[in-house]
Amino acid sequence: MAVASDTAKTIESATGGDYKYGFVTDIDMDFAPRGLNEDIVRFISAKKNEPDWLLEWRLKSYRRWLTMTEPRWARVRYAAIDYQAAYYYAAPKSTELLDSLDEVDPELLRTYEKLGIPLEEQKMLAGVAVDAVFDSVSVATTYKEKLAEEGIIFCSFSEAVQTQPELVRKYLGSVVPYSDNFYATLNSAVFSDGSFVYIPRGVRCPMELSTYFRINAENTGQFERTLVIADAGSYVSYLEGCTAPMRDENQLHAAVVELVALDDAQIKYSTVQNWYPGDKDGKGGIFNFVTKRGACRGVNSKISWTQIETGSAITWKYPSCILQGDNSVGEFYSVAVTNNHQQADTGTKMIHIGKNTRSTIITKGISAGKGQNTYRGQVKILPGADGARNYTQCDALLIGDQCGGHTIPYIEVRNPTAHVEHEATTSKISDDQLFYCMQRGLSAEDAISMIVNGFCKQVLMELPMEFAVEAQKLLDISLEGSVG
Amino acid sequence: MRREHPFSAPYVAQFTRARATLPGRGLPWLSGLRDRAIERFSSLDFPTPKVEEWKFTNLAPLTKTVFGPGPAKAGEDAGDAVQGFLMEETPCHLLVFVDGRYRPRLSAVGDLPAGAEVTTLAAALKARPDMLESHLGGGTAIDEKPFVALNTAFMADGAVLTLEPGVALDRPVHFLYMASAHEAPVVTHPRTLVLAGRGSAATVLESYIGAGSRTYWTNAVTDVVVDEGAALKHYRLQAEGAKAFHIAATEVRLARDSRYESFVLAVGGRLARNEIAASLNGINIDCRLSGAYLARDRQHIDNTTLIDHAQPECHSRQVYKGVLDGKAHAVFQGKIVVRPQAQKTDAHQLNKNLLLSETARVDTKPELEIHADDVKCSHGASVGELDTEALFYLRARGIDAGHARNMLIEAFVGETFEHISSPPMRAHLERMASSWLPSRHQGGAP
Repeated sequence: MAVASDTAKTIESATGGDYKYGFVTDIDMDFAPRGLNEDIVRFISAKKNEPDWLLEWRLKSYRRWLTMTEPRWARVRYAAIDYQAAYYYAAPKSTELLDSLDEVDPELLRTYEKLGIPLEEQKMLAGVAVDAVFDSVSVATTYKEKLAEEGIIFCSFSEAVQTQPELVRKYLGSVVPYSDNFYATLNSAVFSDGSFVYIPRGVRCPMELSTYFRINAENTGQFERTLVIADAGSYVSYLEGCTAPMRDENQLHAAVVELVALDDAQIKYSTVQNWYPGDKDGKGGIFNFVTKRGACRGVNSKISWTQIETGSAITWKYPSCILQGDNSVGEFYSVAVTNNHQQADTGTKMIHIGKNTRSTIITKGISAGKGQNTYRGQVKILPGADGARNYTQCDALLIGDQCGGHTIPYIEVRNPTAHVEHEATTSKISDDQLFYCMQRGLSAEDAISMIVNGFCKQVLMELPMEFAVEAQKLLDISLEGSVG
Repeated sequence: MRREHPFSAPYVAQFTRARATLPGRGLPWLSGLRDRAIERFSSLDFPTPKVEEWKFTNLAPLTKTVFGPGPAKAGEDAGDAVQGFLMEETPCHLLVFVDGRYRPRLSAVGDLPAGAEVTTLAAALKARPDMLESHLGGGTAIDEKPFVALNTAFMADGAVLTLEPGVALDRPVHFLYMASAHEAPVVTHPRTLVLAGRGSAATVLESYIGAGSRTYWTNAVTDVVVDEGAALKHYRLQAEGAKAFHIAATEVRLARDSRYESFVLAVGGRLARNEIAASLNGINIDCRLSGAYLARDRQHIDNTTLIDHAQPECHSRQVYKGVLDGKAHAVFQGKIVVRPQAQKTDAHQLNKNLLLSETARVDTKPELEIHADDVKCSHGASVGELDTEALFYLRARGIDAGHARNMLIEAFVGETFEHISSPPMRAHLERMASSWLPSRHQGGAP
């Protein structure tokens, strides 16, 4: 069938084309020895000149991790990971803080250029402060002074440990406890670096804060640790985007992101994840096992997660909201694309604790090739959450007859005044829709592109403009349209 | 992971003692099946909430008591208790079992058309063992479901309906399983078998009822085979006693062009689970599952369904609604699987819950597992309280609070009964449900 083969072609160009960000930068790395034991944990901690309490916390995590087993409940299949075969620490050679971009290794800058994120241009054009993380250690941070004027702290996690020990100690592990789950506990033991954000009381962050993650060194697990604290009445929008070079060996990524929103504070956290998904035969690709959780601690606080997941061989990720404060709001908007042999098991948890808490979940799963795409989400209304509201809509679009789209919601209600609604649909692009578009002179590719764009629009609209462009590029879609 | 002292152990011991006295002991295939089943039950044991299928239904209360086999002779007092649950709406073919044993004096099979047979498992094992061999435990259920395995090991009696090709029954068939009042905790393992031949048609009601307030356990399994072009309407009433445990599994196998309509009304039991697994093994099948569950006090009612679309061009619909009061806990787990070859599948599922009290609780998990692209699948779930605006509307028209609430509750549940296409059956089940509803707010609040 002509339409079907065109569809396949479009999807191939949309998601299955050769990975254009696949290249390896050759920089001398400062490795910890391969494998994982207490000495490695101590090595990492010492490298970072960490205080004793943090070393103890890492060791406590490591010891707990030894007693845990890898979760197997997700609908993803992969060969067992040899945790002793990976490197747990790798830093670019030039780790001293730099005064200007000129001092950055030119090799590194070229990498960013290839990725399409020239730091200086971004500085001028977009007004975005970029905390570029190359492998594990921050090498360039911009716009710091401007943020400092507002009292905003935006720095690498290692730096925050040195300069903001009280804040770090107070909030680290307060949303995702060290013992939370296998991957989060591993991260707690060996996390290398990440970003730290503190928005003071009443401050509206004047720009989008952005971090580019990049996994580079072969066989280096990436263990990012991000902590965002929005003090009372503040607002911040945080962007996270990722690309990774092409490799044959699977690379493990187990990040932890913790968000804390106090009274009347708002955090908007957006992610575009485009790590190497593996080749057409399912060889290689990133294992993305991420724990992301936000706590709406204060009254009237709000945390909004938006994610565009197009990369990784395996995605295991459930950005969640704990709605503790009365009237707090949690949102989760997600587009997940799986193609070839990609597998994604992603969703969210909305835990309603406070009164009149509200949550919205909108997810769009697109499966093509042999991709398996699972939405797994939990909405839990606890007895004290009077007047809680939840609305969930999960749509899956299947392209080709080899893929799978699955929806597994868990709805647990303990309060009669709660209103919880869940809807989910699974469908393909209908022949009628295609016919309608093509009859009006669009090629099959453009038509599908348009329909897919329309299918995802509800989520794409939630992205900050800087990201919406990249997201659209990633989905290879343009214009607008809608899927009826 | 095996427990050090498995909860299954007393039942394995009971099996060893009872093995020689179970019906059909002269049949090697059956003895082999029973041995395999008890072994499977022993290794699966009572599932904990860590087992995904039992995540929301904790069987700890069931494991606290060791249930024994029933007495050899059933109590004679059952007749009166049965009366309230008989079909008044239309004459039917009635089989009554008390404590797992067939009671001919309470039953009224009546005249059946040629090619239709209503009998008991015990009788069929003597008369037509070969026919049963291919239908009992032929599936994978005993390997995966511990209580199907347990039933298979112990099954002694139950109702059997067989329809030759093209036979249509005018009257419904009613299988009534009654638990009488005993002091000692007793478990029964009723096994029901419905075989609808090619192009046949029938309406079947299974009722599980209990007298008194003693603790007992009904561990029921029903096997249903609907052959090409046949149409089966299959209804179930679960009105067990207030302290009863009710674990039931229905395995439905549907062939091409068949129609299957199921409705489950669950109002009884302290802890009840009703599981229906339907596999759609041919094209152009129409499968409709619906149900209502009404629970109060500390009742726990679990409805678990699986619709497995294994072949293309089938159609499935599910509507389950529940009303929860007191400290009741309801669970709905509905899974729709669409296999890679099942193109053109149209599957829809809806679960709605109404919470009437602050301590009631609902866990719902509607699940879609889709491996084919040219499909239309959707599910919806909702949980909420009574609409305060609707209540206000009624009260503004002079209807007192109690009646207004009742009207809204009945309207909410009433919708599900519209899915019962047999009018006398709908009237019967509505009558069974109405006995639950008004008792709550009789007289009404000022």
